[in-house]
Parts: sequence; C-alpha cells; structure tokens
Amino acid sequence: MALLEASGIGKNFEETHVLKDISLTLEKGEALAIIGSSGSGKTTLLRCLNFLERPDTGVIKVNGETMWDAADPATQKESEIRKKRLHFGLVFQNFNLFPQYTALQNVMLAGELLAKERPDYKVNKKAIHAELEQQAKELLGQMGLSERANHYPHQLSGGQQQRVAIARALALHPDILCFDEPTSALDPELTGEVLRVLRDLADRKTTMIIVTHEMHFARDVADRILFMDGGVVVEEGPAKELMDHPKEERTKQFLAHYSE
Amino acid sequence: MFFVSVILERLSGAFLLNCELFALTLLFALPLGLVVAFGSMSRCKPLSAVVKTFVWIIRGTPLMLQIIVIYLGPGLLGMTNPWPTGSGGRMVAAVVAFVINYACYFSEIYRGGIEAVPKGQTEAGQVLGMTKPQIFFKVTLLQVIKRILPPMGNEIITLVKDTSLANTIANKEIIMMAKEYSAKGLIWPLFSTAIFFLVFVGVLTILFNWLEKKLDYFRC
Repeated sequence: MALLEASGIGKNFEETHVLKDISLTLEKGEALAIIGSSGSGKTTLLRCLNFLERPDTGVIKVNGETMWDAADPATQKESEIRKKRLHFGLVFQNFNLFPQYTALQNVMLAGELLAKERPDYKVNKKAIHAELEQQAKELLGQMGLSERANHYPHQLSGGQQQRVAIARALALHPDILCFDEPTSALDPELTGEVLRVLRDLADRKTTMIIVTHEMHFARDVADRILFMDGGVVVEEGPAKELMDHPKEERTKQFLAHYSE
Repeated sequence: MFFVSVILERLSGAFLLNCELFALTLLFALPLGLVVAFGSMSRCKPLSAVVKTFVWIIRGTPLMLQIIVIYLGPGLLGMTNPWPTGSGGRMVAAVVAFVINYACYFSEIYRGGIEAVPKGQTEAGQVLGMTKPQIFFKVTLLQVIKRILPPMGNEIITLVKDTSLANTIANKEIIMMAKEYSAKGLIWPLFSTAIFFLVFVGVLTILFNWLEKKLDYFRC
C-alpha cells in the first residue's frame, strides 16, 4: 500500500478550476518532484495536501487512513484537521520563520506546544524539554547551522533561514515532507546550500514532495517527476526518463525552455 | 490672598482625577478594543457591519458630545438614571464614555497591526499543528505589539490631554480647577497646568521609547 494516495483532487477559486481531478501516489522513502509553469496548480496541490486549502473534490489517504474526503463532512472537522496535518510537513517558499524566536526556538516551539497535550507532561516537563532541545540542536547540526542556533531570523541569510525552516518541519517527524519552491526566494548563489540539504534528505530516504523550478536538481535527486499544466497532470514517470525522453508534446515544450 | 503653594497643591489634587481617568480608561479600553477589533474583522458579515458602524459613529462624533449623551441620555430617554448621584456618578459616566471612545480608536490600531502580520505566519503555525489560540498568542501577538507601539503611543498621549474633557459634566479636573482662579482674575494657574501635562507626557514618551527598544531584538 502506498504511503500517500490522493485521488480526484479538484479545487476551484471562484470560477477558476485550479486543480482538475488530480491523482497521485507516493511510496515510503520516495522523493517526488512536481514541475510545471506558474499557475499550473502545483502549489495549490501542495497546499491541499497540507489542508491550507480545502479540496472541493477528492480523497486524501495516508497509510490507508482517510485524511480528507470532500464528500464526507465528518473528515473535515477543524480539530481533527489540526492533528492530520502532522502527517505532513511543509517548507514554504518564503521560509515563514517566526521573527521573534531564535533559530533553535523556531525549531522547538511546535514540539513544546504539542508536548503539553501529553498526559505525562507535568511530571516529565524537564526531561521532555531537554529531549526536544537535544533533538532541535541535532537537526540544526544536520543543517550545518550549529553555530547559528541562537541567531534570530533577520540575522541569517536566506539560505540559512530556509535550512532552519527545514529543521523546524523535520522536528515534528512528518510522514511526508513537502517543499513549495524552496529555492525560489533565494539569491542564485544561496540555492546550492538548500539543494544540498534536500539531496541529503533524499539520500536518507525521507519521503518528500518537492515543487521546484530547478530542473537539474529534480532530475538528479527525485525518484519520480510529475509534470502539471493547467490544473492537470500531463505526464508522470521516473525522473530521468521523463526529463530525457518526455512523451507528451506539452512536456517537451516546457522542458525546452530550460535546456536553452 | 493667593498662596502659590496652596494653589499648586489644589491643582495637583485635581490632576489626580485626570490621572485616575487616564488609568481606568486604559485598563478597560485596551482589552475592550481587542474585542471590538475581532468584531470588525469577524467573518460573520452582519456582526462586522454592526461593529464597523458603531466604530464609525464613535470616531465620527466629538468625545465631548459622547460624554454628555452618556451622562444625560438615559435620563432624557425616560430611563432611570444609571449613574450614582453626585461627583462619583459624573466620574463613572466620564470613565464609561472614555472607555467606549478609546476602545474604538484602539480597535482600529489593533486591526491594522493584526492585518499587517503576513498570512504566512499563521500558515506556518497551522502546518506545525498549532491551535488558533496558540498561533495568536505564541506567534502573532508579539509581532502585533511591535507594530502597534508607535500608533499606540500617539493615541495614549492624546488620551492624557483628552482627560480634561471630563469637565464637560462638571468633573473637577485640573483645567476646571485652574479656570476658577482665572475667573477670579488670576491667570497663571491656568497656564501652569501645561507643566502637569508636559511632565506626564514626557514620562510616557520615555516609557514608549524604552518599550520600542525592548522589542528591537527582532524584525518583522
């Protein structure tokens, strides 16, 4: 059984059909890249998976458990959606770090708030906090940011901020980590450090969905690529195969822009 | 015979009323303003329309008029007078008028501050599994406070001087007290009231500068 199964996802904004009947599956440990031009619906798809947008049609299942069924209001309760979101992590294009917290605090905040819901929180407060801090420091270390743990976001470069944001998402151990154009807001010389982290995560078999414009990166790092256009999946296949031998005319046109 | 020290002492005593009105207004209007702000931002269209109309009326009419309406209105409408008799009642009525008026002004400052926080902050909180109250108190609030400090400082300084309007319904605050002397031909006490306001506002200015410095450690 696939880790993630989304089927028939549709989303309309007013009269515009942004997503039309999108289906995708993702195996555990797989890295999926979603490519396509602006306005093709790839970001909206990612936002639907994280319940930042509510799909008008379709079903989302994780590990066979229904997270969202557009036809079943029982799956759409706000309180449950909050918990279901934890299956997914999302790294934003603009990082969206919390400016009043240090890098370390950014990574720890959500974990601490969730820990308060644990029944043993009051008794083990100190141990839980120490464990969260330990884990956050390790994650920042993994991102190459040990020296920056006590810096505030405005004291960090864009690439460093994005790596903190990745550590923050990883801290909650999501089943699937989503990236929404993680390097698009960065200066060209800073994209490398973020892409290296993504490559490292892929090597560790992190289950990922990456919306990206970095074609070389998608080809080298992703297992599979999905090409979207006009709110539908035009073509889907193993990364190198799709990049090197696209079947659909629309895919060929799109990729031609990047090979120049 | 007028003794300078006696006059200054009586002016100080009257200024206490200004200070009391100032403190009570802040105490109630700061939280009430937040409630009004949430009302005007509500997704429930009728509620937000009612609140916005109310804010328009309060901000669109003179505070002096509001004080009179609140003090005399109930009686003129044939209701039993809600205000206690005597000077205590006049003070309570003034506090109520000030709280309503300032809550509306504060609500607009809050609204501006809350709407200026990027949507991405809320979304980041959401995808990290935070509840709405957690997002507001742990993520948004401090950013809002940082943004609204300068306009709040401005509004609160205005409040210091507006407290004089309490004399509209014969609350014996400092200006009213000083005018009693000028009616008797002694003009300097009236001018000297400026010192009281200047010192008070000076302290507030220092306080707000200090607060802004305190929140200087992050940018948003």
